[in-house]
Formats: sequence, C-alpha cells, structure tokens
Amino acid sequence: MTRVPLERKVLSENDRLAADLRQGFERHGTWCVNLISSPGSGKTMLLERTLASFAPGRRVAVLTGDIQTDNDAQRLARYGFPVRQITTGGACHLDARMVTTALAEWQPDEIDLLLIENVGNLVCPSSYDLGEEARVVLLSVTEGEDKPLKYPATFSRADLVVLNKVDLLPYVPFRMDLAREYIRRVQPDAEIVEVSCTTGAGLDIWRQWLDARAGVHAH
Amino acid sequence: MHEMSIAGSMLEAVRAESARHNAHVMAVGVKIGELSGVDSESLRFCFDALVQDTDLAPLALEIEHLPWRHRCRQCAHAFAVEDYRTECPQCGSPDTEMASGQELEFAYMEIEET
Repeated sequence: MTRVPLERKVLSENDRLAADLRQGFERHGTWCVNLISSPGSGKTMLLERTLASFAPGRRVAVLTGDIQTDNDAQRLARYGFPVRQITTGGACHLDARMVTTALAEWQPDEIDLLLIENVGNLVCPSSYDLGEEARVVLLSVTEGEDKPLKYPATFSRADLVVLNKVDLLPYVPFRMDLAREYIRRVQPDAEIVEVSCTTGAGLDIWRQWLDARAGVHAH
Repeated sequence: MHEMSIAGSMLEAVRAESARHNAHVMAVGVKIGELSGVDSESLRFCFDALVQDTDLAPLALEIEHLPWRHRCRQCAHAFAVEDYRTECPQCGSPDTEMASGQELEFAYMEIEET
C-alpha cells in the first residue's frame, strides 16, 4: 500500500467555483454579501428594510435561498430590484454552484451590490464559500446571547454581526454585554451593529456599512 | 446536516485519485478543525453509507482532529483555546487571532495498485 499526500481542501471544487465568482465580482465591480443566520432571525426583513431604503437607480440584486417555497423572493420583489429565489430542494445551505447558476441570466456588470440570503441555518452554510467579499451573521435577541459560543464555526467567520430585534430587549432576558463578549471571543475582528427592523433603529449604521463598501452608482 | 454533501465531495476526490493512479483507494485521511462546522461522527456515518455496496469499498476514513488555536498579536504566543478563552495566556492581551481550527482538508490517500 502506498500513501499519497493530498494537501487540498475537501470542498476544493466549491472553492474553485467560489474563486471564479469572486474574480468575476472583482472584474465587474460587484460587492457581494453572504447573509447567514438561524431561521427566523430576520434576514428577509433586514433585506426588505434595506431595499426599501435604496434609491430606485441603485444597482442592487438579491439571491435568496430556501429549502422550499419562493415566499421570500415574493416579499423581496416588491421593492423593484432584481430578486431570484434559489430553492435548494432539501439542501441546508447554498453552495457556489447554485450561486453561479442563479447569476447566469443577469448582467454582472450591472450589479454593484449583490445580497445573498443563505438558507436559515447556523451550521452548514459556514463551510461553503460563495465568492462573497463579506460574511454577515445575524443574531436576534430572542435567540439567546450564547449563540456565538454554540455555533463558533459560523460566528468565527463573520465580518459583521448584526444583532437584530433590539426593540424586544425589554421583554427578553438577553444580555447585550455578554453577546458582544461572546462574539469577540470567537471572532475578535468582527464588527457589531445593533438594529431593529421594526423600529428602524440602527439601520442607518447598517446602510453606512454597506455603502462604504459597495459602489453607489446611479444609472 | 451538510455532512452528506461533504462525504459526497470526498468520494468524488477519491474517484479522481483512483483513476489518476489506476489504483484502488483503501483509505482517505482528512483533517477536521474544531471550528470546521463538521461533525465527525455524522461525517463517518454518511461516508460509510455512500461507500457501502459500491466499487469504492473497502474504503476507510481516517480523521485527524485539529484543535482551535489562537496566536497573540502582541507577543506572538500561540495557544490552544480552551473554554472559549481567546485572550493570551502569556501576556494577557485580548488582541489575538485564529491560527487554526477551521480546516476541512485532505491529508493523504492510501492506494493499492490494481
């Protein structure tokens, strides 16, 4: 028996497709965000509020992933920007191939900001690079502040953590100081923003974070 | 539960290596980091289920676990993170960065010429 060294990633095929996507995004000036959270943390609501705040000429597009239904795409399509649903049919995460396929009919040079809403899941999406420039993880205050410790694989890869539903803080035993401390422990470099998609609190900071990174070209 | 698709990706690589060397792959070694998001038991279960009763059998899965480690940005000390304590145990600085733990990599394959 012979031992053959094999030093590459298990998901190297996904990583290859993701690298192609990333190269394409760079070439076309597209800035891509991969939005991850558990189900019900408010990813779609955050996207709705975000799209509603954009001027009509903003060159933004959304891919939204779910196991079943196109409910999210229907919700998001109301704002007049291109939206496409990826229905994974059972898979618990998006992968680079699904994104590549979903983008095929769009003109990449017409998109400055691509928002990808991953399947609601705090475990599986963490392993799959989608070619994004930034990974945003949402955590809502109804979930408990120890989520970053329970799901370190996901939180350790976050560039930004959005703490959502802060309007509910008076009603839940969520300790914001602990949440921030736990995020810092698993990802010392993550930025943190507190928002409420219901009251609109903090959404301006989220918008500034996006606008500072994604080109704002009205055409 | 993405271990099934990860096991599937591993078997694609096994088939490719098998064809490249014109040999049967007897074992595949992987490194799995503590923060990889992959559960070893679940991966093993899926892997065995996909291999069973196919031409890939017999095929063993050998897993090496890599611990979650940080490195201090102040004093460069590298250390294993235990109980989520990411501050430097040597100089006490909270300014540390991940050094390992996110791996999901192949290490080797054991092949037998056919």
